[in-house]
Amino acid sequence: MSLPFKKPSILPGFWPAFSYTILYLSLIVLIPLSAVFLKSVTSTWSHLWRVVTSPEVVASYRLSFGASLVAGMISVVVGFLVAWVLVRYQFPGKALADALVDLPFALPTAVAGIALTSLYTENGWLGRYLAPLGIKVAFTPLGVVVALTFIGLPFVVRAVQPVLADADAELEEAAASLGANRWQVFRLVIFPIVRPALLTGFALAFARALGEYGSVIFIAGNMPMKTEITPLLIVTKLEQYDYAGATAIAAVMLTASFLLLLAINALERRTRKFMTMG
Amino acid sequence: MKPTTFFKRALALLAGSVLFGAGPVKLLNVSYDPTRELYQDINAAFAKQWKAKTGVDVEISQSHGGSSKQARSVIDGLQADVVTLGLAYDIDSIAEHAHLLPANWQTRLPNNSTPYTSTIVFLVRHGNPKHIKDWDDLVRPGVSVIAPNPKSSGGARWAYLAAWGYALKKNNGDDKKAQEFVTRLYKNVPVLDSGARGSTTTFAQRGIGDVLLDWENEAFLALDELGKDKVEVVTPSLSILAEPPVSVVDRVAAKHGTTQVAKAYLEFLYTAEGQEIGARHYYRPRSPEVAAKYASRFAKVQLFTIDEVFGGWQKAQKRHFDDGGVFDQIYLR
Repeated sequence: MSLPFKKPSILPGFWPAFSYTILYLSLIVLIPLSAVFLKSVTSTWSHLWRVVTSPEVVASYRLSFGASLVAGMISVVVGFLVAWVLVRYQFPGKALADALVDLPFALPTAVAGIALTSLYTENGWLGRYLAPLGIKVAFTPLGVVVALTFIGLPFVVRAVQPVLADADAELEEAAASLGANRWQVFRLVIFPIVRPALLTGFALAFARALGEYGSVIFIAGNMPMKTEITPLLIVTKLEQYDYAGATAIAAVMLTASFLLLLAINALERRTRKFMTMG
Repeated sequence: MKPTTFFKRALALLAGSVLFGAGPVKLLNVSYDPTRELYQDINAAFAKQWKAKTGVDVEISQSHGGSSKQARSVIDGLQADVVTLGLAYDIDSIAEHAHLLPANWQTRLPNNSTPYTSTIVFLVRHGNPKHIKDWDDLVRPGVSVIAPNPKSSGGARWAYLAAWGYALKKNNGDDKKAQEFVTRLYKNVPVLDSGARGSTTTFAQRGIGDVLLDWENEAFLALDELGKDKVEVVTPSLSILAEPPVSVVDRVAAKHGTTQVAKAYLEFLYTAEGQEIGARHYYRPRSPEVAAKYASRFAKVQLFTIDEVFGGWQKAQKRHFDDGGVFDQIYLR
């Protein structure tokens, strides 16, 4: 029987590096996560089941996963555009714009939440112009999407930017000289190159959005059944001393997120493979 | 010097500093959100008194946050010598979940271990444009009410129960009508913040809502900060006697050796000086003399207790705020 590993590369240090990775993952990721699962089994299964399937909690899954998905998709479109502009064009203040992209990373999310809320309430700077059109942002699911897009955007930009910068302009020129129009160049040359990066960016933005708490609770309004996100319900359960219930919801969320990320990663690997087979 | 002698000397030095050089005694008071300013003054006054009485310096640290969140921190190991929380249920929870103090803690100090009381009042916009005078005005269509979520905020639970008690009284004890009333009230709430300070910000800074349901002391604090040209305090005809209780956390204090000073600290709240500091921060005093002196600060309002109307916190919590309880029903329909 052979080892279940592919033959390690000729680079030395495979085993130390591999053991370190496993140790690190265990300490930082796996042990805290298993604590979540262990803590939730301190209660009876019927209680846990009742908690994770109660209407309020189910409504929050819908909002959390739905809004994160939408926000991730918006981030992909807008993030690609931003990355494109930053890579392909020269304009005054480009360095500034480039730095601005990272700002949502550094800003405490509560600050972002408060700022977005003041902008979008019915008497806020933007909200007052949207209100007559019948568009309410603050204290609606739309507000949740806005906050999640804000924090998700840099992930997509930073994932796509280097790939786009590395893409050879010659490929596009070659395509054009062979008679491809602009749309065909984009669809058949540029898009396949950046697709894995877009997927990575989407996965990161989506995962970040799922776990986001600080900015959302300010803009969401936190109405039961309507605008309560799942992380808020975990906190609420904790405040009611229902530790088991809180960890049960956390476990559901973890499992679902893990499966989704696994699927996205698999998709990403497939596109990469497809590309190299070319 | 041999290493052993070195260690012995170091040990002796250490023991000496613990026994004789004893620095100030340290107390941690874990409290709820609106008491920040109150305990800053209480701590200074008590430290002065304790120094005069015993010659020992006492250094009191404060921790503030939502009442249940604070209780949970204590359960999870925050080293509180005393807790001064928003409602008895939260201290009950510490007794129940972490066994850090006996279940009968509330009988150990006078007045249900509550040295000062408060109630729930309304904060409205200047000039009271929506003419909000009493609880009935809160359920009118078109009136937007700001209140925190009772599941996470102590003050919000008092507010919810105050509304319920009012509706019960008005409808001669008809429980169904009271539920209808409270349901209508919460249908007028556009944002549920998780704590009292959050709601105050929503109402005051972001200008959302016509009326804020708030602790009396917090409402007056907002009035002082925002100015009389921005907001007004309206006291309803009937409200609940909110009793934010205090207790020594026995096992933590015993471990720190601070039982005696912690007890004295809480007893200080009942003295004339402690009561006056409370009254200055808009907490209603228990002492009749101090209450008489500060009578002009507090509007006359008929108050009922949670024991009278709801049979105590445990019952009220279970029926109204637990998962699947009456509060949840409001949003499921």
